[in-house]
Amino acid sequence: MDEQLPAEIQAWLGKERYHEEGEFPVEMGYVWTTCASVENGNPLFWDQAIAEEITGGPIAMPTMISLWFRPHHWAPGRTREVQPLQVHFDLKALLGLPEAVMTDNTIVFGEPVRPGDRLKTCQVLHSVSEPKTTKLGRGRFWEIEVRYTNQDDEWVGAEHYTGFGYQREEPRADGEGS
Amino acid sequence: MMPENQGVLLAGVEAGQDLPDLAYDVSASTVVLGALASRDWRPMHHDHDFAVNRNGVQDIFLNTPNQAAWFERYLTDWTGPRGRLGRIKFRMKTSVFPGDQMVFRGRVEDVVTDEAGCGWVRVAVDLKVGDRVATTCEARIAVPTGANDNPWDRKGEAWRP
Repeated sequence: MDEQLPAEIQAWLGKERYHEEGEFPVEMGYVWTTCASVENGNPLFWDQAIAEEITGGPIAMPTMISLWFRPHHWAPGRTREVQPLQVHFDLKALLGLPEAVMTDNTIVFGEPVRPGDRLKTCQVLHSVSEPKTTKLGRGRFWEIEVRYTNQDDEWVGAEHYTGFGYQREEPRADGEGS
Repeated sequence: MMPENQGVLLAGVEAGQDLPDLAYDVSASTVVLGALASRDWRPMHHDHDFAVNRNGVQDIFLNTPNQAAWFERYLTDWTGPRGRLGRIKFRMKTSVFPGDQMVFRGRVEDVVTDEAGCGWVRVAVDLKVGDRVATTCEARIAVPTGANDNPWDRKGEAWRP
């Protein structure tokens, strides 16, 4: 056990946190917008007859799974910033690591997601590394799983992220901050 | 009705087979549309000044969920609509910026049938910008084992992604 890792974070390991339901039901408007953004002409998303024949009706692009939990940029009455992948931001804040990159992303797909579905999610922290120094700076790697189910508690997918939170040591030439 | 790509069957796929390349010229609109389509409001995907002066990068850049959508499009362009993604794993090494031409290049690594009878193809895909590999991706995608097989019909124990 890493003795420098705060006890609060150690207590998160392996525990499901941030159970929540999507703010809105799955809808085709976003499916078409996403298809348009990558010029995806797969008839599953555009042709009702083919969708009926192959998938028993319309479905969303499987890789859109995380989209249904990204909060609106603004909502009435909201008093605090809401972040997707909150565990990632909790780690950054508690460990005092202002910058972060996602290095690996694995998505596993279960039951198809369909218009009208109300999806549910939770996040699990699986590991936090000892402090390490990379070309980006000094920080820690962590592994987070995001689990997704539908309104019938069927498993629709999971995402596994590896993140690196760090303190910058010199200006970056490229790469992603989050 | 759109004409349907009949797509690949497992018997027609073998390790070492190359997928057709997909080349696409990335513009600022590509990046912003991709970010907003995936509901990613973070400023490094639409605000040039933030990207340059806060993140220290050369420009706004393609976000993670939109890259996933690009990989899905690339793979299912090849399989046709009966192809069903089981999993994808990708690693972003460098970013993709407006002005870049990204080229997706895939190769079949492995072809197997699992104990439930599902046919799986493992594909390695590089997203390249010029000579630089920006993102690597490994995908496991189910394709029909025959004319009467449909991977989308699989549920529960019959679906092992």
